[in-house]
Amino acid sequence: MSAYDKVLAARSTKKLTSMDYINSLFGDTFIELHGDRNYSDDKAVVGGVGMLNEIPVTVIGLEKGRNTFERMERNFGAAHPEGYRKALRLMKQAEKFHRPILCFVDTSGAYCGIGAEERGQGHAIATNMMEMMALKTPILSVFIGEGGSGGAIALAVADEVWMMENAVYSVISPEGCASILWKDSSKAAEAAECLKMTSNDLFELGVIERILREPTAGDQKMFESLKLLICRTFEKNLAVPVDELTRQRYNRFRKIGAQ
Amino acid sequence: MDLFSFIKPKNELEQQGTAPEAKQPYVPDEMWTKCPKCGTLLLTTDLEENLHVCSKCNHHFHLGARERIGIIADSDSFTELDAGLTSVNIIDFPGYDEKLEKGKSKSGENESVICGTALIRGIKTVIISMNADFMMGSMGTVTGDKITRAFEYAADNALPVVAFTVSGGARMQEGILSLMQMAKTSGAVKKHSDAGLLYITVLTDPTTGGVTASFAMEGDIILAEPGALIAFAGPRVIEQTIRQKLPKDFQTAEFLQSKGFVDRVVDRRYLRDTIGHLLAIHNYREV
Repeated sequence: MSAYDKVLAARSTKKLTSMDYINSLFGDTFIELHGDRNYSDDKAVVGGVGMLNEIPVTVIGLEKGRNTFERMERNFGAAHPEGYRKALRLMKQAEKFHRPILCFVDTSGAYCGIGAEERGQGHAIATNMMEMMALKTPILSVFIGEGGSGGAIALAVADEVWMMENAVYSVISPEGCASILWKDSSKAAEAAECLKMTSNDLFELGVIERILREPTAGDQKMFESLKLLICRTFEKNLAVPVDELTRQRYNRFRKIGAQ
Repeated sequence: MDLFSFIKPKNELEQQGTAPEAKQPYVPDEMWTKCPKCGTLLLTTDLEENLHVCSKCNHHFHLGARERIGIIADSDSFTELDAGLTSVNIIDFPGYDEKLEKGKSKSGENESVICGTALIRGIKTVIISMNADFMMGSMGTVTGDKITRAFEYAADNALPVVAFTVSGGARMQEGILSLMQMAKTSGAVKKHSDAGLLYITVLTDPTTGGVTASFAMEGDIILAEPGALIAFAGPRVIEQTIRQKLPKDFQTAEFLQSKGFVDRVVDRRYLRDTIGHLLAIHNYREV
């Protein structure tokens, strides 16, 4: 598969969404919690609490929707500032109760629009990154589809970042990159190669810790092993003193591009 | 030329082909600067004296990173940190080497940001000043690293930070590594903040993308220059996405202040005093 094939696969409507992962991993222990307590409830971000085996977990996902109706309702997974603020509210709640946080990332990017700008899209993303860096509880982010720039990293300042084999994560969409650099969005495939946005690229660049084989719908065995992997990681990080955990998280990002 | 031609309107003279061009005194171009906003011709020396603000319409001209430091810091007080750090083409992005060379020769700098310590009205401060002439002030790994180091230095030495932003956002030629600088600089701001130290940002025209969505918006106090474009997604991107015209003054500094995302729009001529005053209010003392 070429880099651009992976981009297209990551965008496919057949791809499992955050809700698929949440349902398969948490079953009926998941309780969704709504709203940012400030403006509204952004449906592009789904969040709540549930049990992962014996561990209470706060889970947050960028949700694209699983059919046309849902996709419209969830704005195709492009969150507004209130979506990121809802995520932060739930993360702060998790910190209070020392619950680990699991984030699923799947978005073409933070929404670009009048309302998003008026309500401080840049501010919302910036605040999430700043707060997540020092959050006194373990954080794990898993990229399941598209990882679109600022809208993705706003939920990915974590102790570890994992990616599904065919997920992508990039500073800009290959189409956007091609149209800015070469004034030709049809060169997206070329841009996708140059941007180094596949899971293998990112692993080599030291930006992610783990590449995961992608579960298929209904393959509960694969979800069970994913659950086990997540639980083990949380158990390991729950045992680390919080100051040490946040220091490690800081250094994880500090070393990227360090001179 | 007869006496009456002096009282004839000038355009009439021009039509007659008798405009006395040859008699106009010679004015070298650099003596005058045209305001891009109102079109007024301004005497360059006056403009400089007015801190590059148009005396007619108040338009704030773009400033280079060092000019910026020059009008804010006490004279000769600036000491640069990490001056030698410079970008390399880390992911072998096509054309990036040339862009870096161009950025260097255009700006005369090694990177899109200059960091250092300086006195502002006698108070020792870490200054971060971005440079639009270097690849649109985009944030690559070295930009992010220099900013991070500046915050760490400030935290270690109990100094406040003042950052002047101007940026097109994350530098796409460094791919995901430039995106990571958003998280990295945010972490450094947090570290500095948790040490109880003051961070003031001054958003200047234009501040967009990954810089807006990271350290630019993380100040304890966020100031902005009049008329500056401040955005996450730039106006062109939004127009293309939503296919409608944007409201007037959308994404200006004044707009952001009215929406609650900027503490105060400050005229450049009062910026130094405002920052100095804020530093003093936060108990930083003259050295």
